[in-house]
Amino acid sequence: MAENISPKTIIKPENLVHKRSSVLTDNTMHYCPGCGHGTAHNVLAEVIEEMDIQQDTIGVTPVGCSVLMYNYMNLDMQEAAHGRAPALATAIKRLLPEKYVFTYQGDGDLAAIGTAETIHSCNRGENILIIFINNGIYGMTGGQMAPTTLEGMKSSTSPYGRDKQMMGNPLKMTDIVATLPGTYYVTRQSVHKPANVRKTKKAIRKAFEYQKLNKGTCFIEIVSNCPSGWKMTPVESNKWMEENMFPFYPLGDFKVPEDK
Amino acid sequence: MEKELRLMKGNEAIAEAAIRAGTDGYFGYPITPQSEVLEYLMAEKPHERTGMVVLQAESEVAAINMVYGGAGCGKKIMTSSSSPGISLKQEGITYIAGAELPCLILNVVRGGPGLGTIQPAQSDYFQATKGGGHGDYHLIVLAPSSVQEMADFVELAYDLAFKYRNPAMILSDGAIGQMMEKVWLKPQKERSKEAPAWATTGKTPDRERNIITSLDLDSNKQEQFNIKLQDKYREMKEKEVRYEEFQCDDAEYLLVAYGTSARVCQKAIQLAREEGIKAGLLRPITLFPFPTKEIRRMADQVKGMLSVEMSAGQMVEDVRLAVNGKVPVEHFGRMGGIVTNAEEVVESLKTKIIGG
Ligand SMILES: Cc1ncc(C[n+]2csc(CCOP(=O)(O)OP(=O)(O)O)c2C)c(N)n1
Ligand code: SF4
Repeated sequence: MAENISPKTIIKPENLVHKRSSVLTDNTMHYCPGCGHGTAHNVLAEVIEEMDIQQDTIGVTPVGCSVLMYNYMNLDMQEAAHGRAPALATAIKRLLPEKYVFTYQGDGDLAAIGTAETIHSCNRGENILIIFINNGIYGMTGGQMAPTTLEGMKSSTSPYGRDKQMMGNPLKMTDIVATLPGTYYVTRQSVHKPANVRKTKKAIRKAFEYQKLNKGTCFIEIVSNCPSGWKMTPVESNKWMEENMFPFYPLGDFKVPEDK
Repeated sequence: MEKELRLMKGNEAIAEAAIRAGTDGYFGYPITPQSEVLEYLMAEKPHERTGMVVLQAESEVAAINMVYGGAGCGKKIMTSSSSPGISLKQEGITYIAGAELPCLILNVVRGGPGLGTIQPAQSDYFQATKGGGHGDYHLIVLAPSSVQEMADFVELAYDLAFKYRNPAMILSDGAIGQMMEKVWLKPQKERSKEAPAWATTGKTPDRERNIITSLDLDSNKQEQFNIKLQDKYREMKEKEVRYEEFQCDDAEYLLVAYGTSARVCQKAIQLAREEGIKAGLLRPITLFPFPTKEIRRMADQVKGMLSVEMSAGQMVEDVRLAVNGKVPVEHFGRMGGIVTNAEEVVESLKTKIIGG
């Protein structure tokens, strides 16, 4: 029997369980093996494809490891200065109110240098989706401490672990934006396991559906890993994330529209 | 809305002209002496008049990045500020130049450095004409010297900005922003319904995706891009120089001045000529591209030049480069928010150039 199984016999439309989203380009992603960015891009692309809103979607990329996201998404995109993505998105959405507008930002981008833009866009209730990848570190620049770095967590600028007295406390941006009247839907998810990927996908879909209703900002945090910055294998990094990141950044909804 | 004659402040005139020019979006943050721009726009409800978006941002940093976002959609976008706020915008401006986006930035200059003063100055010339932010880039810089020009330069700035896909700055000062003059306003122009081919408006199946970015990690490509930018600036220098001459035909001495200082110099020329000194004025209208050739030509005619600026002497460096040692070039100007007067200019011409 085994000799009958070959690519020819397997690759048939009826056997297709997964395919590359048409909203992704053919470019090879530059992310490190096991990094959550690739999965997060993929989930986002799948939602856009399934909702058939490719023509109506404009994305804004951050400065961080995902700066080149526009190479991977087959979408019209703008690349922002470090931390400024929500300002760009504010203008894009106000000038093209019928389009779906999202930003995709790391924790350094969104919760350090871009804090003002994040808070004020959410507070104004801009009708945009903010996707916030929290990996607790500055990946792109080589693993420095981020505002989200956990207490005691080592990074290249907290080589003995984050000392709260000296370096301040880790910042929970999602908790903060959930208190603002301008946000409509705020949730924290992850993409490290298939079940979590499905939940994140659902959250992104909801966020785009809410955007149509013009009710305010949707904010999705994705707690993610950085195997290179954390100096771990992909498997170790996911385990470490579950054991250390999730207790401090628990997954779940912060703000869910009541009428839905 | 028809052509109309009104008495307005410079800041109000430019705001009204922006609506009439079909501006799609304005993003700003209050700072004296230019807050009337945002105040006027908010009071006028341009959203009801033309559909124009007006938003008070949380900072100049946010405002200029909103400009980036809107301009990236191919829209006509404007922001305004005064010196400290323009400093804060520099990061955004260099990204806009690097992403080759057209937009209009108004600087109603006040005295510096630091928080300085709220009174008029011309001490942001270097920042405006030499780049301002990091990297090799230039803005198109227009210098109005009347309320009428504040209004008229809006359309000119947009035309040049879209022609070259380059940010344009109107470099005004606190005097022109605050003073009231008669101004002819143009009829209302319709906002454009079409977006340029490069704009991010949503990827349709009939074209490749559009990306607005200033990033290229490949040094060879980045160098090629820089060469392209420099070609663009060279073309501007060839085609877009604008200036005005005043009593230059028989001039033996030349004053070079823009904006408020150019108005003072007109009076100074009258006073000088009453004393038998044949002075003329060359007023650069475009500070970038600078009227280098025209000033060089005047160096063959006159015995000396005085660059009159409300600064420690910034444009004087460009005048000297143009003249290249042929005749003496000196600077005169007050600082810290003091507007130079005509008598001082004549005195300075006599001591620094004629007597020297
Ligand atoms: C104004 C400015 N400051 C600093 C940098 C350098 N820089 C690039 S990415 C980055 C941090 C990115 O970290 P994060 O947002 O957490 O994203 P990640 O790379 O982890 O995905 C920094 C500090 C920059 N590009 N611009
Ligand atoms: S450095 Fe970290 S965040 Fe960046 S691609 Fe590698 S694993 Fe991902």
